[in-house]
Amino acid sequence: MSSPAVVLRDVRFRYRSGPEILDIPELTIARGERIFLFGPSGSGKTTLLGLLAGVLSGYSGSVEVLGQDMAKLKGSARDAFRGAHVGYIFQQFNLIPYLTVEENITLPGRLNPSRGKQSGDVTAVAKRLGIEHLLARGVTELSVGQQQRVAAARALLGAPELLIADEPTSSLDFDHRERFLDLLFENCALSNSTLLFVSHDRSLAGKFDRQLSLLDFNRAHRKEAVA
Amino acid sequence: MVLLSLAWKSLRNRLLTTSLTVLSIGLSMALLLGVENVRVGARESFANTISQTDLIVGARGGSLQLLLYSVFRIGQATNNISYESYQHWKNHPAVAWTIPYSLGDSHRGFRVVGTTEDFYQHLRFRRDRKLEFAAGQSPKGVFDVVLGSDVAQTLNYKLGDQIVISHGVAAGRGIADNDHADKPFTVSGILKKTATPVDRSLYIQLEGITAVHIDWADGAPPMPGEEVPASKIAKENMKVEQITSFLLRCKTRIATLQLQREINTYKEEAMQAIIPGVTLQELWRTIGYAEDALQVVTIFVILVGLLGMLVSLYTSLNERRREMAILRAIGAGPGKIIALLVLESGLLAFAGCVVGVVMIYGLSFVFQPIVEQQFGLYVPVQPPTQAGWIYLGAVIFAGILIGFVPAWKAYRNTLADGLSIRV
Repeated sequence: MSSPAVVLRDVRFRYRSGPEILDIPELTIARGERIFLFGPSGSGKTTLLGLLAGVLSGYSGSVEVLGQDMAKLKGSARDAFRGAHVGYIFQQFNLIPYLTVEENITLPGRLNPSRGKQSGDVTAVAKRLGIEHLLARGVTELSVGQQQRVAAARALLGAPELLIADEPTSSLDFDHRERFLDLLFENCALSNSTLLFVSHDRSLAGKFDRQLSLLDFNRAHRKEAVA
Repeated sequence: MVLLSLAWKSLRNRLLTTSLTVLSIGLSMALLLGVENVRVGARESFANTISQTDLIVGARGGSLQLLLYSVFRIGQATNNISYESYQHWKNHPAVAWTIPYSLGDSHRGFRVVGTTEDFYQHLRFRRDRKLEFAAGQSPKGVFDVVLGSDVAQTLNYKLGDQIVISHGVAAGRGIADNDHADKPFTVSGILKKTATPVDRSLYIQLEGITAVHIDWADGAPPMPGEEVPASKIAKENMKVEQITSFLLRCKTRIATLQLQREINTYKEEAMQAIIPGVTLQELWRTIGYAEDALQVVTIFVILVGLLGMLVSLYTSLNERRREMAILRAIGAGPGKIIALLVLESGLLAFAGCVVGVVMIYGLSFVFQPIVEQQFGLYVPVQPPTQAGWIYLGAVIFAGILIGFVPAWKAYRNTLADGLSIRV
């Protein structure tokens, strides 16, 4: 548990022949931290998350997640690593439409046996998020707020060390947003997960341990601005 | 197993396209299996036009020709064999029974066959079915005639009708001059349908053939004043001089080859004996092109069905990019994405095959009697033949292979999309 949750050093990334999207000299996130990451659209937020989740490769520099050098993992091992240690919440449409709520929540555990072993009680997680009465439902019947809570339950089941949330509240109204965030914090605390929360809605920022502006530590944009 | 259940639920989610795809594969599969069944049916019907006959014996000549005129009533014999020779072989200790045929006359395009009571007793087709009468009985008198069911149906004859047979077997009406008009025959019996060439002939006694020709000389009608009226003819006086060919059953199968050799080397008369199964096979090979053509067409139908599946899977991918990104996010690697789509395509092909098999079973069950009645084709209701199983396996395999096309596309998508949101 001594290694930080995330350590980036001299990371540069571009999509094939495109312009440089990321140029990050240094970024460290400690375990258990709740980080609010913000930046305008196009500033490379999703790309950064892709690197951390091990979906994107072909960068230079070093990306360490939970003490694991991502460059040292082969493709399928990265997928397995993500499945086992990282929870991921999208902005919206987080759920597989043809599975029930419960099937959606348990899917990561079923796809990744190593996550499956440590996965806790579905009902307990669902209860904490207030969706235990929805477990047998099809996901298309749910409201957007309910869907996001199901997505959170899926990301939290098995207590992943790192929880990445990519603008999970942008499709929610203010009341739901507050409640969702509280639930997320509560559950991250329970499972001792590091939370990397991405949003451009700065009004939420005050609730987090630390706020990071991508524009501050990503030099790619500064260069572009100069050019 | 997780992927299999995912694939299954994903297909179920797109119920309409899934069922249409399955239906189209099922239909083409049913067509393929149907054609296969008809092929087998045709071959079996063909091979079973005559059963339990070990040898067909006639004058020396082409073996195919002997088979054609003796079994299918096609073409003519160039030579007859003497009745003495026939008697010789009939009384041979290894012989169980014989059925003599005397050919060469016709009635309105249908062949007239002179034979004996042995024909009604011993002839077997489709393994062990024997001739049965729809009406009446076998001919008892020289001028009695039994009709095959097609003859009775086509010419609308009934028991007691009087008919005239003609000399020669020219198609259509015999030449009027050649009519054996002075010696009309009375319909004494009508056979039940056999779906074999038996249905398309008329049967009289061997003596009847002798009787209509008694006043003929060298194949020409009697000169005026030399006619022998029918009233003067009695069966006892009719001496059968020759027959065209005969079917023969040995007491033991082992004796067949020995007897065949004996007949083929018979010193008294130039004769030949053929094993019907062997010659039938030979014949089938020469007329088997049609079935190949049919098969090629069906294979294309299958290809079209599979292409339909490819199109439906491929087009579904765009609306499923989201789903793929989610799967990626929760730890499914590209391998699992590929496997998912290949499984879906394999499942579709499999379901299509199941539907096809069920369909063809149902259809054969319903239509078998009709096809047998109308076309004289006995199509067996049976589990897929070996070839059928091979087709089923090949289609499922092709389905899996085809699945790699959308799978590859999905894989490319996931690489390009990563975890980004593209709806």
